[in-house]
Order: sequence, then C-alpha cells, then structure tokens
Amino acid sequence: MKVLSTLVLGLVMAFAAPLIAQERTGPLRIEITQGVIEPVPIAVAPFLAENAAATDFARQITAVVAADLVGTGLFRDVPKDAYISQVTNFDGGVAYADWEAINVEALVTGAVTLTSDNRLVVKFRLFDIFTGAPLGEGLQFAGGTDSWRRVAHKVADQVYARITGETGYFDSRVVYVEETGPKNARAMRLAIMDYDGANIQYLTDASSIVLAPRFSPTGDRVLFTSYESGFPQIYELAVGTVTKRPLQVDVAAMTFAPRYAPNGQTVLYSRSEGGNTDLYRLDLASGQRTRLTDAPSIETAPSFSPDGSQIVFESDRSGNQQLYVMPAGGGEAKRISFGQGRYGTPVWSPRGDYIAFTKQNAGRFHIGVMRTDGSNERLLTASFLDEGPTWAPNGRVLMFTRESAGAEGEPALFSVDISGRNLKRLPMPTAASDPAWSPLLP
Amino acid sequence: MTFLKMAVAAVALVALGACTNADRFGPGGADAAGGGFGANGGIAGSASDPTSPAFFNQTIGDRVLFAVDQSTLSPEAQAVLDQQAVWLMQNSAYRALIEGHADEQGTTDYNLALGARRASSVQNYLISRGVAPNRLQTISYGKERPIQICSDEGCYSQNRRAVTVITAGAGV
Repeated sequence: MKVLSTLVLGLVMAFAAPLIAQERTGPLRIEITQGVIEPVPIAVAPFLAENAAATDFARQITAVVAADLVGTGLFRDVPKDAYISQVTNFDGGVAYADWEAINVEALVTGAVTLTSDNRLVVKFRLFDIFTGAPLGEGLQFAGGTDSWRRVAHKVADQVYARITGETGYFDSRVVYVEETGPKNARAMRLAIMDYDGANIQYLTDASSIVLAPRFSPTGDRVLFTSYESGFPQIYELAVGTVTKRPLQVDVAAMTFAPRYAPNGQTVLYSRSEGGNTDLYRLDLASGQRTRLTDAPSIETAPSFSPDGSQIVFESDRSGNQQLYVMPAGGGEAKRISFGQGRYGTPVWSPRGDYIAFTKQNAGRFHIGVMRTDGSNERLLTASFLDEGPTWAPNGRVLMFTRESAGAEGEPALFSVDISGRNLKRLPMPTAASDPAWSPLLP
Repeated sequence: MTFLKMAVAAVALVALGACTNADRFGPGGADAAGGGFGANGGIAGSASDPTSPAFFNQTIGDRVLFAVDQSTLSPEAQAVLDQQAVWLMQNSAYRALIEGHADEQGTTDYNLALGARRASSVQNYLISRGVAPNRLQTISYGKERPIQICSDEGCYSQNRRAVTVITAGAGV
C-alpha cells in the first residue's frame, strides 16, 4: 500500500509520546496502527429519501453509517445543527467552504430509493473537504428491505477503507454464548448477531453447556463444544439451516476447543484421555484424525496461521501455560512467550502480523498482542478477568470476554483496537461470553 | 515443578490403560451428568444406611479439593478416596462418575483440561485401591459449574474439586 502523506493523529503504537498533529498536505488518511487520540471530525449528512417510501430507511441507514464510523474511535460525527449548508441534492455540488468552516474533514452524502419490487438502493459519496475533491467514486448498493443494516454497514466499510487504507469490518457477524441465570447454574445458548449487537438469533436451546464457537472461513458454518450428550464433544453447525452434527466419533475421550483451518476442511481440536489433553486434527471430508502433540502436559487452544502452514497453541509443558508455534502437521514446537505470568488462548491475526492472547499475571487478566515470533508484546487491557480475544476480519480490532468479579459477576463482550484504544462494551440484552468474529460477509 | 510433571506423566500412563472401555459414554453417563452436578439426587437413600449413596455423600464425603493449578492428591484427599474405594467395592450395584472442576481463575480451555486432570487423578487413585476400572467414568466441567460463587479464595478452594457422583448400575 502506498502511504500517502499522512495525517498523524496520535500515539505511535500506544506507548510512545504523543506527537503534535502535523500540517496536512494531502488527502485525508488515518493510520490505524497509530492510536488516534483525537477523532477526525466528519459529517454524515442525512441520506436523502428519493421517494417517500424510503424515508424511514434513509434515516435509519444514516444512523447506522454514522454509528459504525464513530464506533471505531477514529471519527466523530459533527452534529447536524452545526451544519451551515444542507445536502439537498445527491448529485449537486458540495459547498466545501461551508464544511471547512465547521472543521469537517470528510463529508458523507447518500440517497436511498425503495423500488417498486421492494428493494433498497443506496448510493453514497465521500468528499475530502481539505482537498476539495471526492475521495473515490460514488458507489451504489442494493438489497432487500430486511437487509437495510447490511447495506448501511457496506457503505460505512467503504468510507472506512477509503480513509484508512484498511479493509472494513462492519458488515460482519459474531457468534457467541449467551449466559443467563445464576453463576453456579448458568444456562448457555449459542447465538449469532451483527458485529454491533443487532439482529440476535439463537442457534441452540439452553439445555446444555455450550462453549467457544468458531466461524468457518466462509462464515456459513460454526464449530463449538456442547455437553448435549452428557459429555463435552465437538459439533459443527450450519448457520443457514441451524442444523448441527457431532464431529466426535471417538467415544473414549472428551473433545473441545475446535477451530477451522483456513481451508475450512480441516479442524483442530483438543482431546482429553486419561486426564491428558493433546491436539488433534480432523479432515472433515475423510473423517481421518491425526494426533499432533503427544506429551503428558496440557496442549490446547490452537489457532492456524492464515496461510495454514503453522499452528500457535498453549501448553503447560514448561510448568505453566505458555504459547508455542509448530508446523501445521505437528512436529517440533517453538516457545514464543517469555514474559511474566501465564499465556493462553493465542489467536493468529487474519493478516498474519500479530498473535493475540490472554495473559494472567499478578492476579489480573490482560488481552495482548505480540508479533508472531513473540516479540513486541503489548498488553491492551487489564481487569479481574479478560479472556479469549477474537480478531475483526481486518485484523485491527479485537473482541473478547470480560467477566466481573463476585457472586453477581457475569461476562460481557468488549472490543478494543490493536493500539489499546477505544475499549468499549457491546450493547447486549444479556450476559455473553466467548465471541468469535466472522469474516467480512460477501 | 519437575516432580509434579513426573507425577502427572505417571498418572497419564496409568489412565491410558484405564479408559479404553469403548462404552464409557453410554446412556448411564448422560443420566449422571443430567442428574445435577454432584447432587446424587434420586438414589441417595438414608444416610444412616451405610450401603446408601447418601452415606457415601455425607459420611464418607463425595469430593476432594485441590491446590491452585494442581491435580495432585493431598493426604486428606487420599484418606477420603480410600474410604470411597472401600465403599465402592462393598456396594457393587453402583458406579461412579468423577467430575473434575476448576475455579474461575483461568481460561476456559485450560480449565477444561485441568478439570480432566483432576478427575483422572481421582479415577486412578480409586483404581489403585482396587475399584474396577469399568465402574468409573470421568468428565470435566472446567470452570463452568462452580459450587461457590464469590470471587475469593474461600470460594475458589471449594470450586477446585473432583466430585465422585454415585450412579445406579454395576459397571459398563
């Protein structure tokens, strides 16, 4: 990616001293790896309804586009009552001076039509106020009225991509475990929702313990662990039809912590027999299983590198939980975590540049990231119990479980960006744990 | 720590021999797991009857506790398990499901594995005292089923447990 003359807005990698905002000399560009201190002011002008039937959709789509962008922590949406000029014609000219006067750096305009066959057509444009020019071409998305939120997310993904140079992540889903009831008798249901907490749908009933779902690389299947048979076993569920099948045919042991390979055809999982837990791989087509580790220690929580060539996992072979990397077919494992404390739940970034993990040290839990060789470890969070990071499809944001302490303690889903900024709790109606982020939807 | 690892290794070797019964996840296991986490409910009988599961639960003690991140059996735990083994050998109409549990300090996956270690540790000890392997099954609940819900050591120490749940049936 060619880095254009950059608007530097923040900390370098979260631990350097703040830099003074430099004079902007080129098109608007935010580098996400530099933690943004001051969100860039933008204006998401109310999308125009091109026919009366589109009025409500236009208002709702505008709100979702703005919420997506503001939710990144990179932008703030300048209030409508500060506008000097209004956008009244999608194809009309832009009064750049009027937007510059209220310090808007980028303007998003849009128009929504509801066609006679009940389809939404959403057009948008993005303008860089400083350079006085459009940032990219106008684009148009269409979809059924029931997918108006997805259309809004796609618009926001485009705006985000054009300003940051990164792929967006708004048109994505999260599978997680809903938790209700008291702490010593929690009822658990597998559920799926949009990345922002909307459109919750349940995938299992609450009759069994369910744990740690993971999306397939195409987002249409989910692996998880269920106690439905009375014992923990791994299952695969088709999201479209909400039908599940056990992958466990070996009844002599308990299996858990399943994850897909990038090809979607191989599954890694943990198997405990006689108190010893090791890693195995299962070929979904043939049913063939291969043991990858063979040690008296605990080996679990595996994650493939995005090219499928390596596996990062946790093991207590050194005496406590640490992170190791080994070839995808098994073989010699190299330890990569060497800091204070214990490391678990490693997850390889979809971009391949970082490994996220849970760290337990001195009575606290942290979500952190490190380079894939273990260097440049950075802790992004700290609390009583943070656990189980999952990557946004663009590898720039993490979601995880944060559990509060005490008899009334319960888990909730939080997100944070990889610079450690923009920590926030997802708005959800119940306690929730074990999030797993889908790929960007097609 | 070296000593611990050796102990774990020895436990694992013993357990490989003990867990090869292909039917150990039969219907009895599901019944036991559904019966409620150590309650030994419907079949308990009277605690004054030494052949009753209620006697096992209340007089002998159905559970042993573990130190943080450990699966080794303390002398106190071994004393309880000695009595459990005698009871099981004298009451052959019953089987046992051994549930391993962890406290909430730890990640989900690791605690599942740790609970499996604890359950296996108890299973191997009972076998070493003469209980037939085909009467014992194990399961781990990790940190998903605490019995005490506060977040301090007073509760954690009770949650780091292995519970021997008596079920009807003479073995599988």
